[in-house]
Amino acid sequence: MATIEITLEVIYSWDHRKEKRVSVVNKILTEEEVVAQIEDGMTIGVGGWGSRRKPMSLIMAIIRAGIQDLTVVSYGGPEIGLLSATGQLKKAIYGFVSLDSIPLEPHFRVARQTGKIEATEFDEGAFYLGLMAAAHRVPFYPTRAGLGSDMLEMNPELKLVESPYPDKSGKHEKLVAIPAFDIDVSLVHMNRADQGGNGQFLGPDLFFDDLFAMAAKKTYMSCEKIVATENLLDEGSVHTLRIPRIFVNGVVEAPRGAHFTECPPDYGRDEEFQKLYAATAKDSDLWESFRSRYLETDSHQEYLRMVDSRKEEK
Amino acid sequence: MRRSDICIAEIAECFRGESDILCNPIGISPIIGGRLAKATFAPDVVMTDAVSVLATNTLPIGDQDAPRVIESYAPYRTIFDILWSGRRHVMMGATQIDQYGNQNIAAIGGFQKPKAQLLGLRGAPGNLINHRTSYWVPNHTKRSFVSKVDVVSGPGYDRMGEIGEPGNRYHDLHRVVSNLGVFDFDTPDRRMRLRSIHPGVEVAEVVENTDFEIVIPDNLELSRVPSEAELEIIKIIDPTELRYSEVQDA
Repeated sequence: MATIEITLEVIYSWDHRKEKRVSVVNKILTEEEVVAQIEDGMTIGVGGWGSRRKPMSLIMAIIRAGIQDLTVVSYGGPEIGLLSATGQLKKAIYGFVSLDSIPLEPHFRVARQTGKIEATEFDEGAFYLGLMAAAHRVPFYPTRAGLGSDMLEMNPELKLVESPYPDKSGKHEKLVAIPAFDIDVSLVHMNRADQGGNGQFLGPDLFFDDLFAMAAKKTYMSCEKIVATENLLDEGSVHTLRIPRIFVNGVVEAPRGAHFTECPPDYGRDEEFQKLYAATAKDSDLWESFRSRYLETDSHQEYLRMVDSRKEEK
Repeated sequence: MRRSDICIAEIAECFRGESDILCNPIGISPIIGGRLAKATFAPDVVMTDAVSVLATNTLPIGDQDAPRVIESYAPYRTIFDILWSGRRHVMMGATQIDQYGNQNIAAIGGFQKPKAQLLGLRGAPGNLINHRTSYWVPNHTKRSFVSKVDVVSGPGYDRMGEIGEPGNRYHDLHRVVSNLGVFDFDTPDRRMRLRSIHPGVEVAEVVENTDFEIVIPDNLELSRVPSEAELEIIKIIDPTELRYSEVQDA
């Protein structure tokens, strides 16, 4: 085996400041290649929050592929509404399901009131602990949240734990054990990423996307734009680099990939389109025309063309 | 004097005496009232801009472009951390509330097969058991002040009494403000008491619109009417008069 003599020259040749040479692995995929990794019956973690920075181009690809019996784990938004409306969602595990400017996701409301999906509802903070337990590979994290409320009755699988440590009066406090979520694949959407899947958020809140990435067996990241690793800091400060590539199995460049949810500072929510989507929950004809126009498109680009042509038609 | 402005002054009163906590009102009138408290007698509380930062200046409600004097960063994860630390006083809505203060914002007709899916548990279970909580009910009727809530999102004093110490030690259900009056739980058995009645409201109106027996004190006080200076600040916080769409005048 040939050996390389380590000289200053060799070391400098790997220094991007001198040669712009980057050794990051290439994990770039298409939406279709990501969805090929998802099977019927899997549990999918979805990053973002309500109708904010959701990996919608990947959700649309799941809809096109017709994957069935899915469980979605999320601070829920339109991914839960859409997948329940298409009949692909078996179960939702969530802290809430909202479109923000429309407080309750309308398709989720219908699915709940008709008993179409199974539901496991957590206190919002308790949900964070389920993610964190999965990320940290512990079976549960304890919390007071849920004691006294109906959260335990609603989820009979939830158990209490007793602290092994007595308090000053000698009592052992009982707490709720929030179990680690068992997530097969997580999907998150970032503002920027490099080809290795180092993710960058440029908006006001990362939400819990780093925990979703760590909690799942595999994580796929879409982003508005793939940039060279050495250019990530041109986009935002080092504090915006919050998902390292060791937690990311593939990265998809999807401009406007969060549409119609917001993805600041790149774009805001498409409120008009969201209203159009929301209206389809109460009218099967509206839903059918929405489905055939937007969900039967053959790619993210085609979907965006249909969205934009609607504006031109007006 | 509009009823809504009286409600907002009494919402602000819920935060009197607070300092070095996150004052976290949710909803139109609560946000206006909380910001009024911070702008006047409770300047040491911190408040979010309803997105991701703590802003020290008085912000108009819903104005995404208003200049912010940012004093700290508070993404959702930090909000949960503050919540668990106990340094927070939240005011939430309640679709239903009962005499011990059990709150429902989750579902009508039970969780398993709801007749009407509402917002969900949201953060109520964690809020109630970790720090001080108040409620705002803009439409006080027998459908909102009920004898039994369909789902317990935020537990009241009877549920927390069953939990006992030490689990209940941070539970602190402070007040309920409705369009008819202000209520607290300063009774021996922690049942809801009419604390003050809004000017122009009769006690009989409160009783008729409440589906449980409410404790009426012997010398009942009138709710506070906001001062001219406070009304000016309310106008700055709510220039488009969102508050009047939430509370009807008598």
